[in-house]
Amino acid sequence: MTFALVGNQNSGKTTLFNQLTGANQHVGNFPGVTVESKSGFVRGYKDVEVVDLPGIYSIRAYSSEETVTRDFILNNKPDGIINIVDATNIERNLYLTLQLIELRIPMVLALNMMDEVRSNGGTIDIEMMSERLGIPVVPISAAKNEGIDELIRVAYETASKRELPKIYDFCSPGPIHRCIHAICHVIEDHAQDADLPLRFATSKLIEGDDDKIISRLNLDKNELELIDHSIVEMEKEHGLDCNAALADMRYSFIESVCDGAVVKARESKEHLRSAKIDLVLTNKYAAIPIFFGVMLLIFYLTFNVIGKFLQDLLQSGIDSLSSVTETALTSFGTNEIAKSLVIDGLFAGVGSVLSFLPIIVVLFFFLSILEDTGYMARIAFVMDKSLRKIGLSGRSIVPMLIGFGCTVPAVMATRTLSSERDRKMTILLTPYMSCSAKIPIYAVFSAALFPKYAALVMIGLYIFGILVGILIALLMNHSMYRGNPIPFVMELPNYRFPSPKTVAMLLWDKAKDFITKAFTIIFFATLAIWFFSTFDIRLNPVESQSSSILASIGAFIAPIFAPLGFGSWQVSTSLITGFIAKESVISTLGILTSAPGGVVNAISQMFTPRSGLSFLIFTLLYTPCVAAVSAICRELHSKLKGIGVVVFQCVTAWIFAFIVYQIAGLFMV
Amino acid sequence: MTLDKLSAGSVGVITAVGGEGALRCRLLDMGLIPRTKVKVVKTAPMGDPVEIRLRDYALTIRLADAALIKVRPLNGDGEEKEPVGGAAT
Repeated sequence: MTFALVGNQNSGKTTLFNQLTGANQHVGNFPGVTVESKSGFVRGYKDVEVVDLPGIYSIRAYSSEETVTRDFILNNKPDGIINIVDATNIERNLYLTLQLIELRIPMVLALNMMDEVRSNGGTIDIEMMSERLGIPVVPISAAKNEGIDELIRVAYETASKRELPKIYDFCSPGPIHRCIHAICHVIEDHAQDADLPLRFATSKLIEGDDDKIISRLNLDKNELELIDHSIVEMEKEHGLDCNAALADMRYSFIESVCDGAVVKARESKEHLRSAKIDLVLTNKYAAIPIFFGVMLLIFYLTFNVIGKFLQDLLQSGIDSLSSVTETALTSFGTNEIAKSLVIDGLFAGVGSVLSFLPIIVVLFFFLSILEDTGYMARIAFVMDKSLRKIGLSGRSIVPMLIGFGCTVPAVMATRTLSSERDRKMTILLTPYMSCSAKIPIYAVFSAALFPKYAALVMIGLYIFGILVGILIALLMNHSMYRGNPIPFVMELPNYRFPSPKTVAMLLWDKAKDFITKAFTIIFFATLAIWFFSTFDIRLNPVESQSSSILASIGAFIAPIFAPLGFGSWQVSTSLITGFIAKESVISTLGILTSAPGGVVNAISQMFTPRSGLSFLIFTLLYTPCVAAVSAICRELHSKLKGIGVVVFQCVTAWIFAFIVYQIAGLFMV
Repeated sequence: MTLDKLSAGSVGVITAVGGEGALRCRLLDMGLIPRTKVKVVKTAPMGDPVEIRLRDYALTIRLADAALIKVRPLNGDGEEKEPVGGAAT
């Protein structure tokens, strides 16, 4: 038995899903859609599955989240729908309920946050609601785990008995009533043939926003004209156009459902508290400084204190495990190559990637708190204006800022963006926010070539990255992502205390996600690099890296970089290793040049300020590291697109480095 | 008068919702339909978007989008204002 869990954003859907399923969750993939849905088995019911569909406000065809919900319910025909509704905000939440009822699937209403309603002295007459809506209503509190068992029981019963919603007429006598019934009459047979719920098809015809559904009905010209005529007639009589008339009908019905059944005693505590918090957090003068302060604090704690501590701990664990293994292998007399595979390939490679894990977990701990408390929505509210010009909304600012720390969690953080278009654009832009692993490159090069202007060069690079990002965003707006962005009409939920369980589940999810990646794509990539740097072309193990396959590949591609001013094989080889981790660029350069006086000396001999600048621009913009690329592949749901990003960034980097090299040629040698 | 012109703290009743396509549908879906009472809570620090309150919840919309929504201003306690030829603020 399968249930679809549907509800508005901020209705507590994820919390309920976690309560229903516990840890029995997996990511579901539906063919043809890129929006991810999770599903899981209900605790105590081995054969009852719940699919957590994206949080939406309405079923239209304007966003992928909405079409996923529509398609899942129409095509997969779940045995039942569990519709979660925020009882403190009942009118707007019921709007989606009415559209779900039209889909003619057994349905239960989970009236969430009833504890808040009660504690504010309000009441909701559950029986009256249930009678007026024609579906069972169960009061719950997902956060406090109240009423969940009853919800499961009622949902199971409703679905087993195939009890359809008893009411599906939301119109009161008048023009809209006549219009709906006239259209129903015309399309009845068509809807049956197309296996579409009649009322839903009728609504779609009136709203006219869903061509896919309308074409499935296979209406002939006469019928379409007839329908058009009834709509025009209705609009004339009603005084509102079709969309407004339908919305008006639904809200009027909702008002009649709530009238007498919902009693609000006083202004809710949660709202008053939120308004008070907002006096500070979205204050005209304090809001922006507070936002940057919060972000700085998160960065500091993640990259310098907690995350760093855990990272060092994990790293030393891996190191000691690695050295124990090495001693064991040596005493066992293992072949040198096999030993190198285990120590330099396996341990070093996966170890260096795994050391990201603490950073990711700690960062997501803070992010999920920002999200679950409701502060993330305020950030979007405060910062929206600054991102609007590049075609994004305020919501994208957080992933982008995280990009300055590490691209991997930044890309993973785009999951919270509510529109797929914004999500994709943000993913593509994040790598231009120079990540912290590139700092050693900048630092060493500045020290070697621009000792007097080191700080200026660093800041300049960061700004250059942002400018290129803005340029790319503007280009994307005019090509790939042309057309109307998803409107920025966003709810500002009341501030709430985050549920520890939801936070924990999210952290577990992200960690699992990343570990899976570490042992697949990243693992193979590190092994490949190990192989290429350990053997020469004839597959003989090499004495020094300079005769390895990697060095040969480096030498082979070196001419590509000649027009940029750094055509030597050592440089191109180090750029290749930078694909595994940006930190490797400098260390590889050090190994390959093996110049006396260290890498700084080597760089000042190999590079001129002009070619050094061009190299810095190239490393700033070229492909993100393998961990970031695999995160991008995952979030874009396509390996091909991930590879596209790599190619695109390398090409962009080359072009910009070339331009900089040429312009710099006018001023320096 | 349009919603973007309503000053922070004042209340209005929606009389018409303009715009088109996804934006208009989104506005209607969120409950911004004629006859609905809306209060402007505050403006974001950079002057845009605005926070509004309707049907017991808070929503943020951009000024350009708010300009598509026609409202009839009410005075503080929710009573109708004297009709003074649209000069009400």
